[in-house]
Amino acid sequence: MSQYIDPKTSLARQRKDKLLYKAVWGAAAITILFLLWVVWHILSNGLSHVSWEFITGAYTRIGEASGIWAMIVSTIYMVLLSLAFAAPIGIMTAIYLTEYAKLGSKMVQVIRFCTESLAGIPSIVYGLFGMTFFVTTLGLGFSILSGALTLAMLILPVIIRTTEEALIAVSMSYREGGYALGCSKIYTIWRLILPSALPGIVTSIILSTGRVIGESAPVFLTAGMVTQIPESVLESGRTLTVHLYKLTQELFTQYEWDQAYATATVLIVLILFLNLATKVIATKLNKSA
Amino acid sequence: MNKLAVSNLDLYYGENHALKDISINIPSRQVTALIGPSGCGKSTLLRTLNRMNDLVAGVKISGTVAFEGEDIYADIDVKQLRMRVGMVFQKPNPFPMSIYENIAFGLKAQGVKDKAVLDKVVEDSLRGAALWDEVKDRLNSPAFGLSGGQQQRLCIARAIAMEPEVILMDEPTSALDPIATHKIEELMDELRKKFTIVIVTHSMNQAKRISDRTAFFWMGELIEQGETHQVFNHPQDSRTRGYVSGEFG
Repeated sequence: MSQYIDPKTSLARQRKDKLLYKAVWGAAAITILFLLWVVWHILSNGLSHVSWEFITGAYTRIGEASGIWAMIVSTIYMVLLSLAFAAPIGIMTAIYLTEYAKLGSKMVQVIRFCTESLAGIPSIVYGLFGMTFFVTTLGLGFSILSGALTLAMLILPVIIRTTEEALIAVSMSYREGGYALGCSKIYTIWRLILPSALPGIVTSIILSTGRVIGESAPVFLTAGMVTQIPESVLESGRTLTVHLYKLTQELFTQYEWDQAYATATVLIVLILFLNLATKVIATKLNKSA
Repeated sequence: MNKLAVSNLDLYYGENHALKDISINIPSRQVTALIGPSGCGKSTLLRTLNRMNDLVAGVKISGTVAFEGEDIYADIDVKQLRMRVGMVFQKPNPFPMSIYENIAFGLKAQGVKDKAVLDKVVEDSLRGAALWDEVKDRLNSPAFGLSGGQQQRLCIARAIAMEPEVILMDEPTSALDPIATHKIEELMDELRKKFTIVIVTHSMNQAKRISDRTAFFWMGELIEQGETHQVFNHPQDSRTRGYVSGEFG
């Protein structure tokens, strides 16, 4: 040992190290514990009330039927439609930002600023905007379409940012390799860069799906709360999260509590499943690349 | 006959004067080696020959680079140019797809769809790059499964699939072990019969072994050029002498 090291301070240092280790370990443990606690709480209260009839059944306000099938269908519509709007625009914007725009140019700075600002706006503000603009001004009414357009704006920043990151992570050597063969820029992007960035893009889409499923305020302000399966995108529909919100407004009987927990259970399982799917797809795509 | 003729070329990366008044002729179907210490401009010059420097922001160029007498910095189709002047990079860069698809990539980009044509080009190119026997049974497996040396020969095969006239090689063996390097050098001896080759190398032994002509660069300037044996055995400039004798670099 070096003569300059005082054995006493060295010992103190070791104690400090141990303490710090315990602190970070403890923090991690608390995080996991909380997560497990929440999941367990919901599942233990809700799982026993989830049945085939509950999932596939119809719903009536008065209480003789409490199924959530219409909400599940509305949720799926909402996810698909908002992604149909946001994914192409978001992915193409990200392509523009990473592949075409000059680094640090005015245009890039403006778009970056816009996406970052968009991401920071509270979602209920989107709801208010959607209700004014899509529902009233454009006359789309309280409908799946109004909701999907509003949510598309909400998830656009997420898609742009994550896709951008995925594109930037694609090795420069692929671009060089493509161009050196005389390939056009668009061909190189389409056939080489995008496929390599696919795991990241898929992740961004699934993250957005989670976001769409999770939102409540901007959804009921634009898509309404009708508890029937919408027959077209111009009809109102109630997503699962909105349904849960609505249920929690009127918790008077044990039966209503049970319904709320059962709905929450379905939501949690759905989100866990989505996160799992992200992992599986990302690893699969990475392997095949 | 000169395939490429560079005259009075100056290149700036922003403020940095990276190439200073370079004039050099690249004769047809010979191997021309560009040597010199790191940062001397040899790779930069190589990348002006197929305009890969276009990808770098802030590059300014004056002077001319003529390919078969035509100025490539005039208003020409860069994609056409790059099909005729192929390139192999320092680090093997196979694409994340099968061996077959790697070779067929360039042709497919030009709309070639005929399976029979593609099959033939893939086989010919892999044979041309001395890789066919090693991979013929696994053309559909990912190119990443190949060893480093095989990957580099795959990249050479991918380049020659476009039937270029010139192949630019940017330190193609610097990431490879001696055995793989030896194979690439053997291959280059074959390739010179059909292609004009310009190679940037850090290894003076490699330049001696494989090149017909050598050009020595030093801080952005072309100090000396000529027949390889001439440059190595009877260098005219003291800096060339110092470098090829291993005194610095």
